[in-house]
Amino acid sequence: MAGKTLYDKLWEAHLVTQREDGSALIYIDRQIIHEVTSPQAFEGLRLASRQPWRTSASVATIDHNVPTTPFKSAADIADDTSRIQVQTLQDNTREFGITEFGIGDVRQGIVHVMAPEQGAVVPGMTVVCGDSHTSTNGALACLAHGIGTSEVEHVLATQTLVAKKMNNMRVSVEGELGPGVTAKDVVLHIIGVIGTAGGTGYALEFAGSAMRSLSMEGRMTVCNMAIEAGARAGMVAVDDVTIDYVKGRPFAPKGADWDKAEAYWRTLVSDADARFDEEVNIDAADIKPQVSWGTSPEMVVPVDANLPDPAAESDEVKRSGMSRAYEYMGLTPGMPVTDIKVDRVFIGSCTNSRIEDLRAAAEVAKGRQKAGSVKQVLVVPGSGLVKQQAEKEGLDKVFVAAGFEWREPGCSMCLAMNPDRLEAGEHCASTSNRNFEGRQGNGGRTHLVSPAMAAAAAVAGHFVDIRELDQA
Amino acid sequence: MEKFVRHDGLVAPLDRANVDTDQIIPKQFLKSIKRTGFGPNLFDEWRYLDEGFPGQDNSARPLNKDFVLNQPVYQGASVLLTRRNFGCGSSREHAPWALMDFGFKAIIAPSFADIFYNNCFKNGLLPIVLSEDNVEALFQAVNGKEGYRITIDLEGQQVIPETGEPLPFEIDEFRKHCLLNGLDEIGLTLNEADAIRAYEKGRMEREPWVFADH
Repeated sequence: MAGKTLYDKLWEAHLVTQREDGSALIYIDRQIIHEVTSPQAFEGLRLASRQPWRTSASVATIDHNVPTTPFKSAADIADDTSRIQVQTLQDNTREFGITEFGIGDVRQGIVHVMAPEQGAVVPGMTVVCGDSHTSTNGALACLAHGIGTSEVEHVLATQTLVAKKMNNMRVSVEGELGPGVTAKDVVLHIIGVIGTAGGTGYALEFAGSAMRSLSMEGRMTVCNMAIEAGARAGMVAVDDVTIDYVKGRPFAPKGADWDKAEAYWRTLVSDADARFDEEVNIDAADIKPQVSWGTSPEMVVPVDANLPDPAAESDEVKRSGMSRAYEYMGLTPGMPVTDIKVDRVFIGSCTNSRIEDLRAAAEVAKGRQKAGSVKQVLVVPGSGLVKQQAEKEGLDKVFVAAGFEWREPGCSMCLAMNPDRLEAGEHCASTSNRNFEGRQGNGGRTHLVSPAMAAAAAVAGHFVDIRELDQA
Repeated sequence: MEKFVRHDGLVAPLDRANVDTDQIIPKQFLKSIKRTGFGPNLFDEWRYLDEGFPGQDNSARPLNKDFVLNQPVYQGASVLLTRRNFGCGSSREHAPWALMDFGFKAIIAPSFADIFYNNCFKNGLLPIVLSEDNVEALFQAVNGKEGYRITIDLEGQQVIPETGEPLPFEIDEFRKHCLLNGLDEIGLTLNEADAIRAYEKGRMEREPWVFADH
């Protein structure tokens, strides 16, 4: 019999019942809750007079809507609808007895930064959240994926989900990453290879020596964007990096429990003879710093390339998508990536707002200045604790000296639900995860890049190859 | 949830691939704490020429007359025909809520993004996967005849176009059963509460840290 994949193991460990019709009930260990996709779920519980199955399974925080300028209470949020959502989460978590890291709590932050940071997510868990980037948490060898609001309610009420087992895909990146090539470049390259729907229906395991060389933060960046390749769940097997990351975190097991946990977690790897339905192999040496040019994350090219010609695309549906993207982005096929000028820069989001990301951006910003043509550079840490750590290291001062703005934690300009947004026509070098039309503001034009590449674009006023920054 | 058994409706063709949830319902409308009222802002950035905000009088906004749903022939459409990877992007259930609130009962495409696909079933909206060729043929049929209608027979798992042969489609048994009967999934799951408790007991012994209070 063939061995098991990491996903097979996680699935089997959480199977409550397998039904005859092919559906299954799987147990959910952790639900992360935020203000945007939960109000209707709590309302559903109230209407049906239901109580949460197990309140300790949930942990909540505010992120999507919060301003990134200092505020002390919900009353300080100027936008009425945002204020109501923030207030509603506070009311709901109090009513149902769920832990919330709310306004003023140093643990408050982006859901997928806060949860691993607290140890609220540990290896072997099933993790869900009403947010598609829940795949981030799979970096800790969890089965973690986004769900809709009806499922948020279903998990609250039953601690389970009705699910069907996905197929297994493994993406192996072997070799050493070149200078200036980060986790973000790795995942953008992968999406460029397999396409924005290439992972649909699959649980995606990221493997190979290049993946193992990444820090936990880097692995989270990669798993975060599994959904941009169509895969609901991305994951990385347990190794020393995983164990070292979890140890000592507030929610993590302690004492004898820790030893027992570690022994179990070490088994959370795909067996050597495990069979995958799909395998993709990538040579790390082929990965260069990436820049997305279009309106889908698969529309991505290396920074030293010229923009692709739609006429060379044989698939008609893709070709028309590319033409539409050129029109929206105001760019021309064949132009060098480095000729694209940027108006604003955003460093943050659940993809790239952890301490390592801020260090990488600060390294570029240090001793340099924001280009005069760039209107704004926002640096938004992923949580209050990330912010605190960055300030301890003096990164905030580096950013401010370079003319960047140092903000309070939240999702911010990744999706522009708060006041941080692009104006129509503006190009933004962004460390976020989606370059969809209007994502960062109506008519805004997003280019997805790594934190170092974003900082480099901020100082140059256009994209530059981070490997040649000093010559730019 | 409303039952879905059989539906006959006018088809609107949205000839784009990778239509993402930010397009289906832009983020500023996610600030509502209700499940209803999203219809007027479905495809907001394509439908209107100005920028939309929550709480606006949408009837007074300038329409993009070129956008398919604004064309007189597609008024009252309840079946959306579109291209591959429809609903990619975020997990927002506001996307199916907006499509339903607008009046759509079914969406036909060569493929859907996973989370969106799943969310549709929770709301009685039927996503139907047909082959690229069949979808292309339907686009041609719809573009070739004003007022083109389609009948969807969920029980028989087939799309019956006005012209041509019925087109069979696949659907999970459980999802079909829930749609046909308009079942409340939470209620169904709670029928298995004993199994959930038994499972929890075993896990608590093996991985007590998962159940720790905080």
